[in-house]
Amino acid sequence: MEEIIRVDNLSFCYPDGQQALTDVNLTIYQGETVALIGPNGAGKSTLLLHLNGILHSNGAVKVFGRPVDDKNLRWVRSKVGLVFQNPDDQLFSPTVFDDVAFGPINLGYSEAEVRELVTNALDWVGMRGYEQRSPHHLSVGEKKRIAIATVLSMNPEILAIDEPTSNLDPASKWSLIELLRGLVITKIIASHDLELVQALCHRAIVLDRGVIIADGATSNILADKRLLSAHGLAHAKAS
Amino acid sequence: MKHSFLDQYSDRDSIIHRLDPRTKLITTLFFILAVVLTPPNRWPAFALYFFLVAALLLFSKVPALYVLKRSLVIMPFVVMLAIFIPFFKEGEVAGSYNIWLWQISVTYSGLQVFWNILAKAWLSILSLILLTSTTKFSNLLKSLEQLRMPRVMTMILSFMYRYLFVLVDEVMRMRQARDSRNFGGGRLWQLRTIGNMIGTLFIRSYERGERVYAAMMARGFDGQTRTLESLNFRQLDVFFGVGLGLVLILATVVNLLY
Repeated sequence: MEEIIRVDNLSFCYPDGQQALTDVNLTIYQGETVALIGPNGAGKSTLLLHLNGILHSNGAVKVFGRPVDDKNLRWVRSKVGLVFQNPDDQLFSPTVFDDVAFGPINLGYSEAEVRELVTNALDWVGMRGYEQRSPHHLSVGEKKRIAIATVLSMNPEILAIDEPTSNLDPASKWSLIELLRGLVITKIIASHDLELVQALCHRAIVLDRGVIIADGATSNILADKRLLSAHGLAHAKAS
Repeated sequence: MKHSFLDQYSDRDSIIHRLDPRTKLITTLFFILAVVLTPPNRWPAFALYFFLVAALLLFSKVPALYVLKRSLVIMPFVVMLAIFIPFFKEGEVAGSYNIWLWQISVTYSGLQVFWNILAKAWLSILSLILLTSTTKFSNLLKSLEQLRMPRVMTMILSFMYRYLFVLVDEVMRMRQARDSRNFGGGRLWQLRTIGNMIGTLFIRSYERGERVYAAMMARGFDGQTRTLESLNFRQLDVFFGVGLGLVLILATVVNLLY
């Protein structure tokens, strides 16, 4: 399998002195769906932010063998699509069309190409016909789908999603899971929703306090009740 | 949560709705310019302006009551600004009052200016309501952009429009959270709570700004703003623009002759 993301000894400290990641090593292969699980504040989001260079990593992260640095930023961002947890942060334009078109326009596509990319992306997430709606009129589930479309419109090779099912009711959650299952693309999903992890991901990585605790097949990790409860992923009594 | 939106009736269909936003924007600006520059004593001209806006509002199929209510919102501010003019304008005295140590007099010309300011403000606000309730805000922004308004400004407006509702929701949630735990306390205590809420709101907005910026960067934003051009002028726009322009010129000429 082709290796598409490689993280070597990544450590990161926020400006306020909080150590968010310590010596993270990680390799993602083409076509995988990987879950990044861990309790609140484990560093999942911070790790995702490194994958397309929003946070800087001095070459500790490589995408398709190229280091993520200032020279490669544009290219990396077109390869790694990052979907934020709160769709109100992700959707900042007056209309859905403008939001989905934002990425492709920034990548310099022509008008006809942008329109086609937007139409395709909205098609993939089942949101055709929402082009002229305002994001603040949509439900949370609809916003989440549009947020994914805003990234898919850039035709990324890797989709990195932060908590895709937070704040969703069960019906919306499962329809979003089915949507993600249908997308043929390498996916990295940060979540502590174990139902989602079980349904979608072959591989799971447990992260706690910025350190990778375990990395293996989802079935093995979810079966290890002691591991889950030690890292805030199951009822604490089990340990 | 639902709010009353600035462009509440913009998804209806009428001749006015179908005009290019740029046509509407420019004619509205010229209309306001004409209204503001008309001398105070030219009442026929104001009647004409009113007739014009009223007719266009009728064509636009926006409910009259909604327009009226909305237009009255701005009036207290105008009154507050203009209320002192009758007392300071020199001229023939209409009435004089003694209040404790001061003598205050109201002049006819002052009153005329006062009424005139109210009338001008009202006519201007009517035309702006006509503009905003027949044009989607996003189209309005696009038209500003195509009229060469700096993109930074239109982006600020666009963010303001987008996050206004998010912030209002946040304030409402904070208020509910406060009220559900509020068991009285002195006025000073209440004020302190409000101060804390404003501070929290500021910090949250600031952090949200950082997250939005990260979301923009994640989609290839590099400080340069790019946009698609998509609005089209049509024959209707030419008719409307030229027609309204002619009426305004006519009004000016009538003013000069009168």
